[in-house]
Amino acid sequence: MHDTTTISDPALNIEHLRKDFPILDQTIYGSPLVYLDNAATTQKPEAVLKAMDDYYHTINSNVHRGVHYLSQRATEAYEGSRQKIADFINARHNHEIIFTRGTTEAINLVAASFGKKFLQAGDSILVSAVEHHSNIVPWQLICEEKGATLRVIPVDDNGELILHDLHRLLEGVKLVAFNYVSNSLGIINPVKHIISTAHSYNIPVLLDAAQAVQHMEVDVQDLDVDFLAFSSHKLYGPTGIGVLYGKEEWLNQLPPYQGGGEMIKTVTFEKTTYNDLPYKFEAGTPDMAGAIGLGAAIDYILGLGIRNVRQAEHNLMTYALDTLQDVQGIRFIGKADSANRAGVISFLVGDIHPFDLGEILDKQGIAVRTGHHCAQPVMDRYCIPGTVRASLAVYNNREDVDRLAAGIRKAAKLLLG
Amino acid sequence: MTIQEEQQEIIADFEYLLNWDDKYEYIIQLGKELPLIDSRYKTEDNLIRGCQSRVWLHADFLDGKLSFTADSDAIITKGLVSLVIKVLSGHTPKEIVDAEITFIEAIGLSSHLSPTRSNGLLSMLKQIKLYALAYQAKSVHS
Repeated sequence: MHDTTTISDPALNIEHLRKDFPILDQTIYGSPLVYLDNAATTQKPEAVLKAMDDYYHTINSNVHRGVHYLSQRATEAYEGSRQKIADFINARHNHEIIFTRGTTEAINLVAASFGKKFLQAGDSILVSAVEHHSNIVPWQLICEEKGATLRVIPVDDNGELILHDLHRLLEGVKLVAFNYVSNSLGIINPVKHIISTAHSYNIPVLLDAAQAVQHMEVDVQDLDVDFLAFSSHKLYGPTGIGVLYGKEEWLNQLPPYQGGGEMIKTVTFEKTTYNDLPYKFEAGTPDMAGAIGLGAAIDYILGLGIRNVRQAEHNLMTYALDTLQDVQGIRFIGKADSANRAGVISFLVGDIHPFDLGEILDKQGIAVRTGHHCAQPVMDRYCIPGTVRASLAVYNNREDVDRLAAGIRKAAKLLLG
Repeated sequence: MTIQEEQQEIIADFEYLLNWDDKYEYIIQLGKELPLIDSRYKTEDNLIRGCQSRVWLHADFLDGKLSFTADSDAIITKGLVSLVIKVLSGHTPKEIVDAEITFIEAIGLSSHLSPTRSNGLLSMLKQIKLYALAYQAKSVHS
């Protein structure tokens, strides 16, 4: 039916790199684990685990504060990670990299600080119809506080944003916030077009790159994006840490998000002056081990080569779409081909409830996500209770895809029987 | 049969089902056989919202005993709902209030009772207990 023999991944040896992820080598309910919930969180390579372990074993100390040797070593390692992140996304300056707890906190930071300074009654924030709740609710909160409104770029039946009305939608908008790749549909949005159109009206743009940075090259200067957020734990790094990138000129204009240690220059009861970037936005003792783990994750990905990762995942995605479309009754929610898709395949089978399908897949050792994927408006748009979402990472192989297809067939037989 | 005996019978039935797929096949079959809730009771008021699947529950009180009809949009949940109804329907409010539901764990489906899974079954059990409590309080007063 389909010829997949020509697809090969010469640059990466997937079987070899799977060994870097010890968690993959286990059985679940008697079957070898097939982990296809990578859009929720990726597994961590040994190098990341070791970097964090080494940190606690050898240099743990509070950063930026101590005169002593360990504190200086910890600070070097922490700031070294910031530099790695800046290089990874090609930021102009490393002080444009703010450590946060994750994408969610990064977006909340911008929503609160940008909103406080720039948003007024009658203004609008523009998001898209395929956003994660994390890129909807923070804006709703600040809009409610300021008497502003949230406006939405609609999406078509295939999952593509409808942009012919974008100029009209941008009237009165103070900031545009949308995702690079939809977490529920996996579609890569036309980011450059939206950013340049917004910029033609001097409107800044925040890009939620939580589902992008692990799959493709992201260059903030090339995109000319004003703010960009992503999480470490979806990028093979530890949980609890993420990144806000902001252009220096924007970050300097924003008021602090939280108050505390590290973010101040001088404090008196009459007046506090704030620290310079990036520390102005990093109140309190940061997640040092997390930052160092994230640095190790970036080293790992750069070791593989992000282009090689993209190529390998693209090949596997092509194979997966071909293989799954042969499953009787399957329908994809979001219709992008593998060239316009990253990581995620959302689908339903006949009238089977996604929760039932997910449970029977689980019993076969196959981990997928079911439900609305924190994107209820997307599900409402397609009038479905949710989807089954299989999401790929660089360590997934064709056997995982074959097991998924066989698992779905078995589940359908049981459930429709 | 008492509630406890009903539960023992279910547990005994499941002991014959050695493989997970046999177990699920049986539950799915029960789900398909569950008498549908009268459509006039499939209302927003009777809807127990879970994060993943939804359950509708309707209670009738007749001759001092409670009976339940229910539905779910997910078939595995529906099968379990059918078992819960089999165990608890036709008992007095006091019996239901005092009952301890142990069979779901005993047949290996305890993941359906996880609060983080929030798929409707746990909420349904709570709702049944609330109905029973309400009718128990009513009968004490009257």
